[in-house]
Amino acid sequence: MLGKLLDQLQAVGRSGTAAIEAIGRGTLLLKNSLFWGGPGSAGFYDLLKQIYSVGVRSLIIIVVAGFFVGMVLGLQGYNILIDFGSEAALGTMVSLTLLRELGPVVTALLFAGRAGSALTAEIGLMKATEQLSAMEMMGVDPFKRVITPRLWAGIISMPILALLFSTVGIWGGAFVAVDMLGIDDGAYWGNMQASVEFYEDVVKGIIKSVAFGVVVTWIAVYQGYDSVPTSEGIGKATTQTVVISSLAVLGLDFVLTAVMLGGV
Amino acid sequence: MSVSQPYVSVRGMSFSRGDRLIYNNMDVDFPRGKVTAIMGPSGTGKTTLLRLIGGQLLPDSGTIMVDGHNVPTLPRKELFDLRRKKMGMLFQTGALFTDLNVFDNVAFPLRVHTDLPESMIRDLVLMKLEAVGLRGARNLSPAELSGGMARRVALARSIAMDPEIIMYDEPFTGLDPISMGMIVKLIRGLNEALGLTSLLVSHDVEESCAIADYLCLLSDGRVIGFGTPEELINEGNDEVRQFLRGEPDGPVPFHYPADDYRSDILAGVN
Ligand SMILES: Nc1ncnc2c1ncn2[C@@H]1O[C@H](COP(=O)(O)OP(=O)(O)OP(=O)(O)O)[C@@H](O)[C@H]1O
Ligand SMILES: [Mg+2]
Repeated sequence: MLGKLLDQLQAVGRSGTAAIEAIGRGTLLLKNSLFWGGPGSAGFYDLLKQIYSVGVRSLIIIVVAGFFVGMVLGLQGYNILIDFGSEAALGTMVSLTLLRELGPVVTALLFAGRAGSALTAEIGLMKATEQLSAMEMMGVDPFKRVITPRLWAGIISMPILALLFSTVGIWGGAFVAVDMLGIDDGAYWGNMQASVEFYEDVVKGIIKSVAFGVVVTWIAVYQGYDSVPTSEGIGKATTQTVVISSLAVLGLDFVLTAVMLGGV
Repeated sequence: MSVSQPYVSVRGMSFSRGDRLIYNNMDVDFPRGKVTAIMGPSGTGKTTLLRLIGGQLLPDSGTIMVDGHNVPTLPRKELFDLRRKKMGMLFQTGALFTDLNVFDNVAFPLRVHTDLPESMIRDLVLMKLEAVGLRGARNLSPAELSGGMARRVALARSIAMDPEIIMYDEPFTGLDPISMGMIVKLIRGLNEALGLTSLLVSHDVEESCAIADYLCLLSDGRVIGFGTPEELINEGNDEVRQFLRGEPDGPVPFHYPADDYRSDILAGVN
């Protein structure tokens, strides 16, 4: 009885130390790979290549999702606002919701599923097939060669994708509101222009998505680099990437929102 | 540094994986400019030894000198410099970069480490590929290669930077007799033409005896025999002769360490 309890206590302790160790290893990885320079460091071309595979290849999912989310916002917002007779504010509502919240957050979640998991699987497979070891033995630092360009590609792509998401979403909202529900064209765009502020709404949204870019890509490359190099291990690491980075994005979103609004 | 001094010199080296002691206070020297075949039962730690020499694993204690540098204590940057300038390694699986084709795989170290113009890189790559008989396969991707072809491309890549020491991890497995003969010739040729030090992990007794100047037999975390093939075959102790003749029974264990077989089986009954 007592033995069993002790075993359970030990298990809790072990998972605690394992988590702390993982954070330590992750921090070391970030420290070793955030900056350029070092043996066999990746070049500008490698960065472009990664921006292509991480960012450009996520375009379609971001655009399609943004359009649908915008349309839903338009529809839901219209039904709420019409009760108060303030459907003219729909443009404001759609654009603020997207720029401040849904753009950065949904983009980050989609990015984690689309690009983050692919990054983890790719790096995990490179590890399993000893490509990373082979690089080391050639005197090329895999941190600088493999991790650095992928990390930066994620950090650069995320805010651009989020802005694109919001832009397309606003169009989607306009499509529903103006073309389908018959809200006045000028009211939708005019009120939006009058109330959206560049710093308060756009810049703060961009800051959020840069933070999400760092977190999601960092988790993805770390999970790949730290994965157990077997098919099972890589599968698990890929799932972990999506789960952990989604939760991290949502949690971080609350913190950032609280700090930026200054309300808490 | 005198010519007679060993290129790799291991002293008092211990290394363990979990509870399992893989090397226990081991001493071994690999002579400069010679081909030394490292042999031993599967799982004794031959690959591990190559990784220790390459600095990818750190020993628990002891020194591993490579051309006068103690690898385990080298700072990261100097370790990478040492690898770039002096070491080449052929991995058991080939370890080709799957996102690059054959040509770019061989060109990779040259492009990363040198400022050579593309025309010269092309010439060098084609020379290395010609040496392994795969000049015609330069545009294939690694996924389109057979296992033996992949190994040959990997070999071409590991000699691209003209290292001073090459460590081959089982270069012969999965090769047809013709490619095998060619690789044997290539390894010897590199050795004689460039004075390379070669460490060769292999299970193939016949091939190793034919190609190697020295044999190094490992078992149970120690060196059980070191010498020229003739010396070992004629004068080696029981363990050495058992291994070289491929006899299943003898002092060298065939089994991974385990509990007594009888009690293990009976434990399932109760
Ligand atoms: N990543 C690892 N984690 C834990 N143990 C390992 C790891 N890699 C190898 N080992 C253990 O270390 C021992 C030596 O492995 P190594 O790969 O060096 O053997 P080897 O002599 O090259 O065998 P083979 O001839 O089959 O290639 C093995 O018993 C193995 O169980
Ligand atoms: Mg091995």
